[in-house]
Amino acid sequence: MPARPVLQQADIERAITRIAHEILESDRGDGPLVLLGIPTRGVVLAGRLGAVLERLEPGSAAVGALDVTMYRDDLARQPTRTPQPTRVPAGGIDGATVVLVDDVLFSGRTIRAALDAINDLGRPRAVRLAVLVDRGHRELPIRPDFVGKNLPSAPTERVNVHLSETDGADEVVVGDGAEVTAP
Amino acid sequence: MRHLLSVRDLTRDDAVGILDIAEDMAAVATRAVPKLPTLRGRTVANLFFEDSTRTRLSFESAAKRLSADVITFTAKGSSVSKGEGLKDTAQTIAAMGVDAVVMRHHASGAARTLADGGWIDASVVNAGDGTHEHPTQALLDAYTMRATLHGGAARGRDLDGLRVTIVGDVLHSRVARSNAWLLATLGASVHLVAPGTLLPPGVSGWPVTTGTDLDAAIDDRPDAIMMLRIQSERMHDAFFPNEREYAREWGLTDDRFARLPADTMVMHPGPMNRGLEISSAAADSARSVVLDQVTNGVSIRMAVLYLVLSGSGGVA
Repeated sequence: MPARPVLQQADIERAITRIAHEILESDRGDGPLVLLGIPTRGVVLAGRLGAVLERLEPGSAAVGALDVTMYRDDLARQPTRTPQPTRVPAGGIDGATVVLVDDVLFSGRTIRAALDAINDLGRPRAVRLAVLVDRGHRELPIRPDFVGKNLPSAPTERVNVHLSETDGADEVVVGDGAEVTAP
Repeated sequence: MRHLLSVRDLTRDDAVGILDIAEDMAAVATRAVPKLPTLRGRTVANLFFEDSTRTRLSFESAAKRLSADVITFTAKGSSVSKGEGLKDTAQTIAAMGVDAVVMRHHASGAARTLADGGWIDASVVNAGDGTHEHPTQALLDAYTMRATLHGGAARGRDLDGLRVTIVGDVLHSRVARSNAWLLATLGASVHLVAPGTLLPPGVSGWPVTTGTDLDAAIDDRPDAIMMLRIQSERMHDAFFPNEREYAREWGLTDDRFARLPADTMVMHPGPMNRGLEISSAAADSARSVVLDQVTNGVSIRMAVLYLVLSGSGGVA
C-alpha cells in the first residue's frame, strides 16, 4: 500500500493553533511556561507553537529544544545516533510549566527519556506533553495532554510527519513500513 | 566507531562530527546535574603503561560523567614490573569484563596491536602510543581552536584557512604528529618549527611545511602557536647543546610573545616546562588557552567514549 496522507497543511496549522489555545487554557499562570521541542521535528513544532502563543499572549512562553539521545534505552541496539543541541531558555526550567513537544507519540520511550533529561536540567513545577499525532501502541504508562490528531494505526505501519522546515512540505502520511525515514 | 587508534582513520566529516558531539557534552557540564546516564552498566578500563596525569584523569572524569564504571591500571606497582606482557595484562583486564580499553603505552603502534590482535573484544581508544599518535589530544586541540574562533557558532564548521605553527620537539611528539594530520584533514595549514635534529626523518611525507627559524614563523603571524614539551625522558642523544640555548632559539620567550598578533592563540599540551619552551608570561596570558585545552579534553573524551561504546555499528 502506498503512503497515504492523513493530515494536510491546513489541518496541521489548525491543530497547532488549537493546541496553543489549550495550553493557555490549562495554564494556571503560576510560573513561567517553557516549550521544549524534541529533535528533530518536535523542535520545529515547538517553534510554531511558540509563535502562535506569542500572537495570542505576547511573552507567555519561552521556547527551547531538548535532545534525549543520551537518555535513550536503546543506544546499544541501534546504530549510533548523533545527538542534537539542547537549548534551554535563559530563565531555566526551575518552577516552570514545561510542555514537551514531539511530532508522533508511539511507544512512549522517547518521552520517558525526555523526562529523565528534564530531571537533570532542573525541577519544573509540572511537565505536560503535546504531540501532533498520537498513534497508540504505548509500551510505558505515558499519555499526552495535548493531541493534534489521534491516529489509530497498525504497529507495523509508519506514521511520518513532514514539515516544510525539514521536509519541504507540511503533511502527515501513513505508509506500510517499507519506506525508510529519519527518527 | 569501533576504535579510535589514529586520527588518520578520520575523514573531515568524522572529525567535525566528534567535535559537534563534544559541544553537546560541554553543555552538560553547565547543568544542574552535570552527568549523563548514557553508559550506565558499561565499564571502561584505563591502561596506563606510561606516566600521565591529565590524560588519565581526563578520561576518567569523561567516563564517569557518562555514568560508566572505571577501573584504572598503571604500570607502576603492577605485575608489569614482574614482567607481564601487553597481551596477558590486556586479557587479564578484559576477563574482568570491560567494554572499552583506554590505553597509553610507550611502544608506537601498541593500540593498533591491541585492537587487531584478537586478544580482547573491547573497543580500544589510543591515549598515546610511543612517539606515534595521541588522537584525543589532537581532537581537543582542534576543538579549542574552533571554539576560540567561532564561539557558540562553531557547530558543523572545520578549520578551513586557519594557520597553525607547532614548535619544538616534533621528533618525539605524538601530539605534533596527530595534530599535523588532523588539522590538515580539517583544512588548516600547519607549519612545524624545530631544531633540525628534532624534525623526524619522514616529515616530508606529512601534510605540513617545516622550518627551523621561530622568529620568521612568528613574523608570519600565525592564528595559533602550539609549544611542545621538551621530552627529556625520551632524549637519549644530544639533540641541542643545552636548555638555555634551546630556550633562546626555540622557546616562546617574553620578547617573542610580545611580537605575536594580539589574537594569536597560545597552546601547550602540558605539562609545561616554564622558562624552557614557554615563558610564564606567555603561559599565563589572556591569549593562552592552555586551561581551555584541559577543560575541552573532558568533552572530547566523552564524545569519543560515547561513539565507541554506543550503537550496533554505523551512524544514524
